[in-house]
Amino acid sequence: MGTFRPERREVMATERDLVVLGAGMHPWGKWGKNFVDYGLVAAKAALADADVAWRDIEFVAGADTIRNGYPGFVAGSTFSQAMGWTGAQISSSYAACASGAQAMQSARAQILAGFADVAMVIGADTTPKGFFAPVGGERKEDPDWQRFHLLGATNPAFFALNARRRIDVFGDTVEDFALVKVKNSKAGVANPYARFRKEFTLDDFAGSPIVSDPLRLLDICATSDGAAAVIICTPEYAMKKLGTLEGTVRIRAVANTTPTYPQIRLELPDIATDSNAVVQAPALGFKDSIAHNAYEQAGLGPEDVSCAEVYDLSTALELDWYENLGFCAEGEGARLVRDGVTALGGSKPVNASGGLASFGEAIPAQAIAQVCELTWQLQGRSDGHQVENAKVGLAINQGLFGHGSCTILSV
Amino acid sequence: MTTTERIPAVEGWFTTSEPYTLIGAKCTACGTVVFPPRSGSCPSPDCDGTDLEPTPLSRKGKVWSYTENHYAPPPPYVAADPFEPYALAAVELEAEGIVILGQVAKGVMAADLSIGQEVEVDLQVLYRDDEGVDHWIWTWAPSAPKGAR
Repeated sequence: MGTFRPERREVMATERDLVVLGAGMHPWGKWGKNFVDYGLVAAKAALADADVAWRDIEFVAGADTIRNGYPGFVAGSTFSQAMGWTGAQISSSYAACASGAQAMQSARAQILAGFADVAMVIGADTTPKGFFAPVGGERKEDPDWQRFHLLGATNPAFFALNARRRIDVFGDTVEDFALVKVKNSKAGVANPYARFRKEFTLDDFAGSPIVSDPLRLLDICATSDGAAAVIICTPEYAMKKLGTLEGTVRIRAVANTTPTYPQIRLELPDIATDSNAVVQAPALGFKDSIAHNAYEQAGLGPEDVSCAEVYDLSTALELDWYENLGFCAEGEGARLVRDGVTALGGSKPVNASGGLASFGEAIPAQAIAQVCELTWQLQGRSDGHQVENAKVGLAINQGLFGHGSCTILSV
Repeated sequence: MTTTERIPAVEGWFTTSEPYTLIGAKCTACGTVVFPPRSGSCPSPDCDGTDLEPTPLSRKGKVWSYTENHYAPPPPYVAADPFEPYALAAVELEAEGIVILGQVAKGVMAADLSIGQEVEVDLQVLYRDDEGVDHWIWTWAPSAPKGAR
């Protein structure tokens, strides 16, 4: 970790680096409305931001939600129908938390293959209250069903196993974890799309109940309703539209990565790791490899990143990402939050949006929301939570069942 | 031990009579081990093996990490009513090079655990169904008696 030395392709964007022409979101919250309603707001906002007509969209990449019935499973066509059928090409992608990034990849690949010039990437969700439970039905062969039924191993329990390792192996404290929430909540106050726009202090943690020791309720992200959409296109399309590519946000990498056998870190929703008794573990662990592959694609490294949006499903997990991204060596993540390095105004701001701590997760929309946030950061449009002189933005997350994703944008 | 037959909450993952062990699957071609047991294909990408045999795993391991749940998990977990917090431990089996999650024996809480501590496989009742039948699950139990630690 901390030693990424990708072979430099070019520091500047090339013609293969597509343009984010527009971004739009529906604010995050908890209203229990039809997820399509949220999606429509985000879609129209993204189109308006891009100044592109719905009829001109040639490809619609939907990120699926599995908790909203059939329309959620075919999100690409659901949103297309809601907006009014135009005969556009579509895809619908499910990759758990990485669904939005998978939809990004689908649209990007379609455009790079020459089958479309401009595409919409969209995801929206409506979430039930409380712990994420598996979808209904008795599915004895499903590892997700098994870990709930046989062990009661909730998502926070997995986050907590990881947090406990940080405490006992690296010497982190629960106060370090709390500092992540304090930092993110402070940034989120200024974000009009965030659900929780309240600044939390360390004192708030004392009264927060333990969910899965050592993590408290305030350490764990909520589930939310929300929607996000982006319009992406070829540089030629953007050139025709804008007359210049100067200042445009370019997509430098969208890397969706699986683990390499043997995967020796216990990850959601697995009951066990792979065995490394016969086959040696790879040099790069799974979460390191997610970032590494994106850096390779972009020809950029951690030192080039101006700001990052990482999946803080728990406060402690954010510290892991600092290390996986190469912002510091393994075990040093807590130092970055203690020293304010990753706060707004620090040298490596992380989750300037407020992160999941301020949003709560709207699964298929979240990775797209990360791209919206980075787009606005790179365009200098993040009033009140703007990262100064942001040039390169990175978003990273990890979907269940080995779906890692990392997106890098630059301006 | 009791002579009553113990119904496992999941078939084929652990023995239901002493000595209690977890049961993995071992590839007959390359020898790699996998838990939960599976069939059909070796998990190693470099092995063409399709024949996996049930294999008992080490009874003892070392705690890799642990936690304690303070809220009842949602179904399909069958939570006790009233809910009692319980600990979970991820345990590393050295010989197999594998970390396996399990509930910790009832009454042993997070405060009683530490990383690196030796634990071993035991069984306890996971839940009692509507017909009054107990369904058993493996647990991780501290190897040394409580007072001795």
